[in-house]
Amino acid sequence: MPPTSATPRNKMESRELTLRYGSKVAIHQVSLGIPEHRVTALIGPSGCGKSTFLRSLNRMNDLISGASHEGSVYLDGRSIHDRALDVVDLRRRVGMVFQKSNPFPKSIFENVAYGLRVGGLKDKAKLQARVEKSLRGAALWDEVKDRLDESALGLSGGQQQRLCIARALAVEPEVLLMDEPASALDPIATAKIEELIHELKSTYTIAIVTHNMQQAARVSDQTAFFYMGELVECGPTEQIFTNPREKRTEDYVTGKFG
Amino acid sequence: MKHATRRVVGLSLVSLTGLAAFVIVAMLALILLDVVKGGASHLSWEFLTQAPTDGMMGGGIFPALFGTAALTLLMTVAVMPVGVLTAVYLHEYAPPNGRMARLVRVAVANLAGVPSIVFGLFGLGFFILFVGKGMDRALGYEELHWAQPGILWASLTLAVLTLPVVIVSTEEALRAVPLDHRTASLALGATQSQTLARVVLPGALPGILTGAVLAISRGAGEVAPILFTGAAYFLPDLPTSLNSQFMHLGYHTYVLATQSPDVEATRPLLYATVMVLLLLTFTLNLVAVLIRTRTRRKAASGH
Ligand SMILES: Nc1ncnc2c1ncn2[C@@H]1O[C@H](COP(=O)(O)OP(=O)(O)OP(=O)(O)O)[C@@H](O)[C@H]1O
Ligand SMILES: [Mg+2]
Repeated sequence: MPPTSATPRNKMESRELTLRYGSKVAIHQVSLGIPEHRVTALIGPSGCGKSTFLRSLNRMNDLISGASHEGSVYLDGRSIHDRALDVVDLRRRVGMVFQKSNPFPKSIFENVAYGLRVGGLKDKAKLQARVEKSLRGAALWDEVKDRLDESALGLSGGQQQRLCIARALAVEPEVLLMDEPASALDPIATAKIEELIHELKSTYTIAIVTHNMQQAARVSDQTAFFYMGELVECGPTEQIFTNPREKRTEDYVTGKFG
Repeated sequence: MKHATRRVVGLSLVSLTGLAAFVIVAMLALILLDVVKGGASHLSWEFLTQAPTDGMMGGGIFPALFGTAALTLLMTVAVMPVGVLTAVYLHEYAPPNGRMARLVRVAVANLAGVPSIVFGLFGLGFFILFVGKGMDRALGYEELHWAQPGILWASLTLAVLTLPVVIVSTEEALRAVPLDHRTASLALGATQSQTLARVVLPGALPGILTGAVLAISRGAGEVAPILFTGAAYFLPDLPTSLNSQFMHLGYHTYVLATQSPDVEATRPLLYATVMVLLLLTFTLNLVAVLIRTRTRRKAASGH
């Protein structure tokens, strides 16, 4: 069900997507469009399938043994399960920031340069330029510009999370999937990341999972509410928070359960 | 009453375990003390750099030292690639719990339980009489060239013996690489082999080096597997090619201890040889531990 207001075309779209872990259904018949250059927030109680849905957009679920899907997912109108589409290509176009920050035990520079290197970029000057641009993009440059050769593991939790964002930005994906990118951060770092999301949406299409209702209201244009593996309701963020169609949505966003 | 019993049980457990630990330390100290006392006075630069003389009742141990080092080096060169590749296949590519992986694991576990003398016989039968003979025939040698004991066959036999150690510790090391790092790499558009080369193997390196250490210290001390496959009783010349025989510290120790016509005269030599063998093993271990801590620190600091 596409959002009702005048929205741009869908950059990504799932149609009747069902995903199982073994025989257990994690998400059931989810049809959701992710409009281009907009921020889509995915909300819902723990275990309702938000991460599962996000991971199926860049086929990270393929890595989980026993996971299987039905239905389809489209990127620019083309099925991502199309045989002709390379999954490595897909992941370069649809980047991901994980719930738990996971920098490599490498230097700050090498972390950000990683995606570029595996993509075949060798030119030193170009690498440096892209690393700087991505770190600036993730609002981390000023804090690390004098210590790019130091280990990424020496950064604080909030800095590590922004490093992971910078690392994802460096590949210049078209879509950025963020799984609770601010769940482990203090209010200042959280504010920085929200500001960042605002800036990024002019160039990227963003889907973000969050447990924080205020955050969803602040950063997103469209909100999708998941409950027990089903997509209950999706619409403009304004409407979901002020005038939801479903009782369950209202109960959740007003904090009556969840 | 109950309380008292518990106390007694507790106390006796403490003393029992303490005693066991003490016995181990005491035994090591005794061995070292005895070896140093008997060998230190005879240990000299000449002893390390000269060949044995006077029917092995004089001179040094240089050929044995050199032979042991060359043998261990060749063994390491042979066992590491095979062992690491096998472990990578098992852990990264074979379907987990698939038939192939299970078969290899059972084979590895059983290989580890085979007595080392059997490896010696296997080396003789397989490498020398089968592979060596085949090579001689194929390469057109009239007399025995490859089909005789030599350092290549001895090192390959040792490589087979130490293979399980390398495979098991490499697999362990691969398992210890956090799943997070793999997923992060794949999510950035790296292929599986790029992930392996750039994230998984570097992360597993300290563990792989541990495997190398264990393999080396096991391989350097084994005598039985090289008895029939290349070790020489007495050979003052250094091995010059891969089919040369060689002297070996462990075998030399055995020869000095059991084959000497004058036990009193060879005793200091024997002690000094054992001391060198121990020093060599300790140094090897030390070097490996240093490499390991360095790579670990490097990995942690991220270079
Ligand atoms: N790797 C997995 N193997 C088996 N089941 C899984 C796996 N990952 C998730 N699940 C199950 O699928 C369902 C959806 O999980 P998912 O992680 O998508 O929820 P979520 O909405 O992201 O929750 P949270 O807000 O706690 O992160 C849960 O019931 C969970 O137990
Ligand atoms: Mg989740």
